[in-house]
Amino acid sequence: MISYIGSFIILIALLNASLLVLSKPILSKITSDYDSLILSTSKLQFPLVLIAFICLIVAFVNDDFSLKYISSNSNSALPFFYKISATWAGHEGSMLLWCLILSFWTFMASMYSKSLDTQFRLKFLSIMGFLNLGFLLFLVFTSNPFEKNISIPIDGKDLNPLLQDFGLIIHPPMLYMGYVGLSVVFSFAVTCLLQHDFKKEWAKWIRPWALMSWSFLTLGIALGSWWAYYELGWGGWWFWDPVENASFMPWLITTALIHSLITCEQKSMFKNWTILLSIMAFSLSLLGTFLVRSGILISVHSFANDPARGAFILLFLTIVVGGSLLIYFKNSPKIKDNISFDFFSRESFFLINNILLVTATFTILLGTMYPLLLDLLGLEKISVGVPYYNAVFLPIMTPLALLAGYIPILFLSKRKDKKYMLNHLLASLLVVIFLSLLSIAFFDNFNLNVLLGVFIFIWISFNIIYDLINRYYLSKRKNIFFTNIGMTLAHLGLAVFILGATIVENNKVEKEIVVKIGETIEIKNYAFKFNSISEYDGPNYLGVKAKFLVYENNNLITELYPEKRIYASNNNMPMTEAGIDPGLSRDLYITLGSLINDDVWSVRIYHKPFIRLIWLGALMMVFGGVLSVLSKRKSKPVALSG
Amino acid sequence: MKKRTLRIYYVAFILISLSIIFFLFIKTFNENLLFYRSPSQITAGEFPKDYIFRVGGVVLDGTLIKSKTSTNVKFSITDYEKTIGISYNGILPDLFREGQGVVIRGKLGTDGIFYAEEVLAKHDETYMPPEVLDSLKMKEKTIEDTTKSMNIY
Repeated sequence: MISYIGSFIILIALLNASLLVLSKPILSKITSDYDSLILSTSKLQFPLVLIAFICLIVAFVNDDFSLKYISSNSNSALPFFYKISATWAGHEGSMLLWCLILSFWTFMASMYSKSLDTQFRLKFLSIMGFLNLGFLLFLVFTSNPFEKNISIPIDGKDLNPLLQDFGLIIHPPMLYMGYVGLSVVFSFAVTCLLQHDFKKEWAKWIRPWALMSWSFLTLGIALGSWWAYYELGWGGWWFWDPVENASFMPWLITTALIHSLITCEQKSMFKNWTILLSIMAFSLSLLGTFLVRSGILISVHSFANDPARGAFILLFLTIVVGGSLLIYFKNSPKIKDNISFDFFSRESFFLINNILLVTATFTILLGTMYPLLLDLLGLEKISVGVPYYNAVFLPIMTPLALLAGYIPILFLSKRKDKKYMLNHLLASLLVVIFLSLLSIAFFDNFNLNVLLGVFIFIWISFNIIYDLINRYYLSKRKNIFFTNIGMTLAHLGLAVFILGATIVENNKVEKEIVVKIGETIEIKNYAFKFNSISEYDGPNYLGVKAKFLVYENNNLITELYPEKRIYASNNNMPMTEAGIDPGLSRDLYITLGSLINDDVWSVRIYHKPFIRLIWLGALMMVFGGVLSVLSKRKSKPVALSG
Repeated sequence: MKKRTLRIYYVAFILISLSIIFFLFIKTFNENLLFYRSPSQITAGEFPKDYIFRVGGVVLDGTLIKSKTSTNVKFSITDYEKTIGISYNGILPDLFREGQGVVIRGKLGTDGIFYAEEVLAKHDETYMPPEVLDSLKMKEKTIEDTTKSMNIY
């Protein structure tokens, strides 16, 4: 019953979205008040899709196996919370989540766009409506979560055990909030093109949206990385998997975008470039969806290979990307850009920042798409390995990171003369080099890469904190100080991330060995004693749990329980659960391999120094981004009318 | 005049660094491509010698030999035409089973055995790596049988 309501509501939402798309001449014949019709339909979309989404959740909780989607992604023995999260664990449900979030952003855009010029606002919301319509059509015709089974199975096939996890409950919604948030930025950019203008005030209006999307993307990617780390049992945090790349590319472009928007807002520069970045950012998130959903890429994210889905998304991608680029090439010459600037200005460094980020994106795009292209052409089957990304990506990112620590010095130069700036640069370089060299004493395994990582960390944090203090004393209005805290925190996050990533990748210890019960393995100053192993029954699986006693300098500090699980409801799929002792300065990580004989097991034991800094850094970026949005200069309300 | 000179330097700087980057980039890209080969191609000698590459196939029933004292394993993979022996020292992925499609990265030894650095069997029990599926495409029926035998678990 509830599923019929869901299906019905989806159809109404579809109609509602098509109202948004219909242009003024057509709608004016039906209603005299075109403007308020658009405004109310754009708001109505969200509650409609939300009801449909709740219907699906209720159907999951009630084990309604008459629905195909539920019978293939849930099971009556599945724990309650996983029944709810299973709603978006498969393809159809995650597309419904996508539509829900898209309608949410449309709602927000409709609510908070009062300050925009009416014509602009209506066009902008219509474009959002078009995107809503496209995805709802996709949902209804190729991936309907409310599709019925021909015969109702007694029980469901169960959820993939890898996805029965807390990380999965929050990873997709956060990532989608980011992906789909870019649709606001995209629609806005296209509207600017249609209006042949991109005003300073408009740049100011759109930047918080770009920042919010960026923060969500960061959080989503970080959660995915954290999940992969503890759930896949390999102890890695980034694999350069095509699916990861698909989420990382929009992130890089959005990072470029939030920087170029500052220049747009303050100096009326890089307008066309910023519009192009906005289009690229959303196009890449669509491309990501296409790659993941079409079944071209196989990974934990792709659920079924249905050519119709791939074809639909490809068509939609062509319309959206092709259409917006056509408008771009036709209309962008009409938008006047102010392009004269000094080499030693903030603008030119933002330009370098943008060039580096876009270059990095294209190297990843090439590594992701080139093998697919060769394969589609039937030429050769290749894959691009991790060494490629490390060799190409890191040299591009290093100057970017150095730049992030240099920009604050540049701020000073605006107020003081160049000589002062140079002196300051030399002074801070000396301090940073001294501190970096000092840090050598704290590492037992020190190499040049670590030195570089530590240097970048200190370089960014030193300069950015110095800048913050400096601003505080220089600024007359103290609220300016607060608007910069977000920026400071985000850049500090970058520094922390770089520190963690460099140290863990250079100094980690990984052992794959055979251990007998009672034996002890030593890594650094830790000793791991394989104490015992026992079987137990989980809610929907059979488990084998090992007990390891962990000693640090001969003192017992903790016990770790790595597990093997067999999910009977899921074709006896085996799963590895890692035993992890987290800590800011190191993680201890154990996974069980397989039974070698009697009481001998193969195990992986890892020592991961400072790996938590990776996610801590990402979290700092997220909070930094959100703070920047919240502390938007409220002191100076600007009339944004066209 | 001065502004113009500056601009020329600026453009030159960008162009030079771009070409250096591009050159290094193409070089690294070429050095890091991993080719994929099927057992038949390897037997016919069609593989990049002395390079790391990937091979894929179905793990042949009854060929998996595990050491009783270490993480060494030996098994054979097949594309139902030719078979090739694999030697691996490490922990196999959870979904590694006889009858399962796998992709292996490593080097071919002079003894004709493929020494694996990494064994991949993906996250889904009915999953057949696309490369493996492609090299099996000639024999639709065998694929059907394999898929069936995989579903029995």
